[in-house]
Amino acid sequence: MKLRIDPGAVAHCRHLAARIADPVEAFIARHSTVAVERAVVRLLGGSGTVEEGVPTANAVVERLGAGRLRRGAALSLGAVAQARAIGVAEAAAAIARGALEPESGDSVPAEAARAALEAPAAEALERIAARKFERTALLARSSPAPPPLLYVIVASGNIYEDRTAAVAAAEAGAAVVAVIRSTGQSLLDYVPEGATTEGFGGTYATQENFRIMRAALDEAGARLGRYVMLTNYASGLCMPEIAALGALERLDMLLNDSMYGILFRDINMRRTFVDQHFSRMLNAHAGIVINTGEDNYLTTADAVEQAPAVLASQFINEEFAHRAGLPDVQIGLGDAFEIDPDREDSFLFQLAQAQLARQVFPNAPLKYMPPTKHMTGDIFKGHRIDAMFDLASVMTHQSIHLCGMLTEAIHTPLLGDRALSLEGARYVMNTARHLGDELEIKPGGIIERRAHDVLREAEARLERIAEIGLEAAIEQRFFADVSRSPQGGRGYEGVFERAPDYYNPFEEALRPAEIPA
Amino acid sequence: MRIKPYGDTRDDGVVQLSFTLPLEWSESADEAARRLVAAMGFGDVSVAEGRAIASGFSFFVVYAKTSASIELDGLAAAVPRERTLSMDEVDGLLRERVGRKVRIAGACIGTDAHTVGIDAILNMKGYKGDYGLERYAMFETFNLGAQIAPRELVRFARENDIDAILASQVVTQKGSDVRNFTELAELLEAEGIRDRVLLLCGGPRMTNLLAAELGYDAGFGRGTLPSEVASFIARRVTA
Repeated sequence: MKLRIDPGAVAHCRHLAARIADPVEAFIARHSTVAVERAVVRLLGGSGTVEEGVPTANAVVERLGAGRLRRGAALSLGAVAQARAIGVAEAAAAIARGALEPESGDSVPAEAARAALEAPAAEALERIAARKFERTALLARSSPAPPPLLYVIVASGNIYEDRTAAVAAAEAGAAVVAVIRSTGQSLLDYVPEGATTEGFGGTYATQENFRIMRAALDEAGARLGRYVMLTNYASGLCMPEIAALGALERLDMLLNDSMYGILFRDINMRRTFVDQHFSRMLNAHAGIVINTGEDNYLTTADAVEQAPAVLASQFINEEFAHRAGLPDVQIGLGDAFEIDPDREDSFLFQLAQAQLARQVFPNAPLKYMPPTKHMTGDIFKGHRIDAMFDLASVMTHQSIHLCGMLTEAIHTPLLGDRALSLEGARYVMNTARHLGDELEIKPGGIIERRAHDVLREAEARLERIAEIGLEAAIEQRFFADVSRSPQGGRGYEGVFERAPDYYNPFEEALRPAEIPA
Repeated sequence: MRIKPYGDTRDDGVVQLSFTLPLEWSESADEAARRLVAAMGFGDVSVAEGRAIASGFSFFVVYAKTSASIELDGLAAAVPRERTLSMDEVDGLLRERVGRKVRIAGACIGTDAHTVGIDAILNMKGYKGDYGLERYAMFETFNLGAQIAPRELVRFARENDIDAILASQVVTQKGSDVRNFTELAELLEAEGIRDRVLLLCGGPRMTNLLAAELGYDAGFGRGTLPSEVASFIARRVTA
């Protein structure tokens, strides 16, 4: 099943996305954020908490103060370690506790501070690489079900209940389990600590919760003979820290979008641009597949009208991801099955959109999100809409399939809902496994014309965005019909300009030599 | 008049249930499901489907008959809504009787991120061809979006002289929607501004009866059109 699409238009869209990303990248290169620096502190061994549960990473960044932070938290830690002849992690812990003053490193030359960082930074990167190789080895021994990867969500608020639900889902056929975060977490400017048993609409993302789920899914995977992937959310105000923790605890996927937080969480755009870049560098090194959030455009506005916005955003997300060193195979671009089911030929429109994404991003592990907006309390109709979604997914060779829940509009999934959904998806996909390969799309028909329209409109949008710049475009409601200003939103106070001798050993090591494809 | 569920014959009382038990599936698991449904007071219990869905968990589809019936006389009916006014009628009424824009704040409260309901009512575009409140000349609307804490919404209402608050809850977890609605109403009381604002709530499970119980002026459920909300607000602020 192939659409005839204009390769020139696709190439032009990529060229426009590059033009859009250029000035943003220049801004990113001159700035850092408190969240990036906290991620650096964590990678250098600044884990745990100090008094009153304040994470060590937050305490260090706080105590270094704005002036030192401008040179990068790493440099101060290296300097104090050098001056006191202690390890960098030890220096971080002592500064966080207030046992050592950051001033004690101020007279240490930058050269010496950088030298002190060399070994611990290399060690952190090796630890992450080791987790990546571990995954590669486990995947090599795994006998997966045919694609797409069936992905489900657990969201009880209690990590131990989540563990039960995740293992049950794995047994019922899930290849990927995402632990939905407690919904307020994206606005917290710190990562909570420890195993958590209370959350609202989800479960807190903490390093310990990551470990608990990883261990449970590894154990289930070994029993089932197939690797079960674990997903969490590197979004919100702690994007880079979650990426660091995800890398250390062998998460396999992270929700990580270059614009989602700006549009849907009112997080400052500059903060987000800087944070997404560093978090994606870490994702690239860790072999973590990012999931972008284009589905959100469709749930908040009319899905037919928004299709070009989805494609435009996919191009922009792809470009930013490339610039952070992510290869295509780690860029899970998002889309969703959200067109009004009562609309005549809506399924044809869905196929057009999904197949277009498949052909425009042939090597990306596309993430297909289920219907949510038009789901109702009528679970029986909902189960049928989900079946059509399953069919579109298998016909267009989507890669990551977030299973729709018949109770989507009612409550967070019950254990039985997930099993019904996985069984339904397996049935539809098995019975129609090669249908897409057997059919040809009618030249000039409804599907092809729709795909052309979407591509042309996305190209026009990208052109306008490239002209006025991404910041202005966001301000002028180009995405999701919301306006955000460059200095508005949450977290702007955490963005700062780098000093000329700014140093981040991880960025130095992970900066892509060339933009991958 | 009393009625019972209708399967294929008047008063046969047939219902269908489905549920999961934390039990390894076996024939005796089916029997456990059957007895459980019998213990609920149902008769003629038939386990149509029972199977393992994970180790230690079984899923069941059960048909059964209930002897219970419900008396319809005296059942509190929802207050019949008055005729829906057109956008022009709403604007005309407000222009004439209020003489300024009516200020409306809407939000999806608590931790719910599903803004589909509040967006359908407030956004310019509206729902099913019925324009949203932003489009009305005599409304000034503030859509605060998703995951707004009741406290934040109350603060916003106080600081911005809001006339009507629209609180939405779509997806719930363990009854969180009712808790959030209650918290909002209580906070408004505590702040002493409850009688200065119209307080409306909406969501797929919302009814006027539930809204009244929660201390709201009105509740809007599935399929509500923006013009119905607009009409209600216009009538109440000019009453």
